[in-house]
Amino acid sequence: MILIPCPHCGPRNASEFAWKGEHRPRPDPARASPAEWRSYLYHRANPCGWTTEVWFHRAGCRRYVTVERHTLTNEVRRAVPAGGER
Amino acid sequence: MALASSAWTEPTGFTGTGGREKDGVGSTKAESRGARLGRVARAVGEATRPRRYSAGALVAHGVTGRPWRPAWRHHELGSTYDAVIVGAGVHGLATAYHLARDHGVRKVAVLDKGYLGGGSSGRTSGIVWSNYLTPEGVRFYDRSLRLYGELSGELNFNVMFSPRGHLTLAHSDASLRAMRWRAEVSKLHGVDSEVVGPEEVRRLVPLADVSSRARYPIMGALYHPSGGTVRHDAVNWGYARAADALGVEIHQGTEVLAISTAGDRVTGVTTNRGEVSTPVVVSCTAGWASLVSDMVGLSMPIITRPLQAAVTEPVQVLLDAVVVSGTLDVQVSQTDRGELVLGASPDPFASYSMRGSLEFTEEVAGRVLQLMPSVAPMRLLRQWSGLCDITPDLSPIMGPTPVEGFLVDVGWGTNGFMAGPAAGQAMAELVATSRTPELMAAFDLARFAEGRLVEERDAAGVGH
Repeated sequence: MILIPCPHCGPRNASEFAWKGEHRPRPDPARASPAEWRSYLYHRANPCGWTTEVWFHRAGCRRYVTVERHTLTNEVRRAVPAGGER
Repeated sequence: MALASSAWTEPTGFTGTGGREKDGVGSTKAESRGARLGRVARAVGEATRPRRYSAGALVAHGVTGRPWRPAWRHHELGSTYDAVIVGAGVHGLATAYHLARDHGVRKVAVLDKGYLGGGSSGRTSGIVWSNYLTPEGVRFYDRSLRLYGELSGELNFNVMFSPRGHLTLAHSDASLRAMRWRAEVSKLHGVDSEVVGPEEVRRLVPLADVSSRARYPIMGALYHPSGGTVRHDAVNWGYARAADALGVEIHQGTEVLAISTAGDRVTGVTTNRGEVSTPVVVSCTAGWASLVSDMVGLSMPIITRPLQAAVTEPVQVLLDAVVVSGTLDVQVSQTDRGELVLGASPDPFASYSMRGSLEFTEEVAGRVLQLMPSVAPMRLLRQWSGLCDITPDLSPIMGPTPVEGFLVDVGWGTNGFMAGPAAGQAMAELVATSRTPELMAAFDLARFAEGRLVEERDAAGVGH
């Protein structure tokens, strides 16, 4: 079982959250070429190790959370409000 | 076929051979040098060739008590190969086998960081079917299903191919419409697939609750009579044995740590057992595909997600078909040993962890009971997990990459096992001829940058 320390609700089971994938900067839609935009849509680092990702606390505060998780052990070491939200 | 008739022909006289071996070197004094060399060559030849498995061989071995030869050998890691295949699962071994058999490329090494068939190929539920949604998918998986049908004879290894029928249940008008679409695409490509009503489902799966009382009543199903199950371990072992007999080297416990390049060309690999030079590296690494592609600086549109499965205790024959429900997110089949195999979608997040979870067990059990309430008294025996390499369109990534000599056969997600034979054949043709076979042309890596996705979301697997 994975516990995610939600910054708003405290530690909760990961099944309360929806996994939204790796945190990656969104290219400027007005300037990105189709190839760059598709790379943003489809390509993933998919690391075996620590990664920063976004989870949505679907059955809790319904806010987005930025989480640092190890993809081999599923250990979570940090969870902060997404997008610098306070 | 050629293998079965010539290369693997059993030499006559089991007891005779045994006696000759027992005489050993001690009795060679009187022999001429030529005769002795001939004998040594014969012995080496026999040692490197697996005996054909047959009822006769079984009786002979039983009577004489002579041990069976290992189905594949261990080798020292060589310094040069014509091709190195990373991953000794169904895809890697089938590629090696077809390279050696169809194209005469025998200086091939299959490397695996673990043991043979120990990754996803040993963790699949062994379901095979071909009534996908896209014409590209249907054609590819149909080729594979046909190859599975001939595989036991071809490899002289019983892979327990059982085309017992495959049912995808519909619980809504929308899924019935999608199934009619899939049925028509399949029929257009010569694949047997038809929409059937609840009565036919009741006849094919007496265990299923087709009443209108169910929370999600069964409104019909997409029936695919030629789908079924294959014994996955036997496929791994059969391909390994056949590839070994053709001279392919299988190196277990051999992890690729780096892939060396000169300019944009592959020149070799570094393993935990030493350096190897090769112009061609084929990645057949499923859930670990991104990590291998990273070695040549290639980003992949892949997410690794664990896929869990569980089996119940073995019982009498209850279920003579493979039953899948996307709405309930469950897949059920019965093995030849009698266990019910329960599957679902991959875990809902990326992970390289292959541990089972309580969430899965609870959820899959609950869903199976909605579908088949009468199995409630059965106990779960065990559960396990394998890694799936999931792409955005749920179609694979096959073929050359921007790095010359680095070829991929990855991104199969939950569909890898059933695609193994056709993928091996197609990848071998690509390696040997440098031409991309038409069958796999749509599955190239460039399709993501160019926006030509092969969307299988409505068909590939339970639900994603």
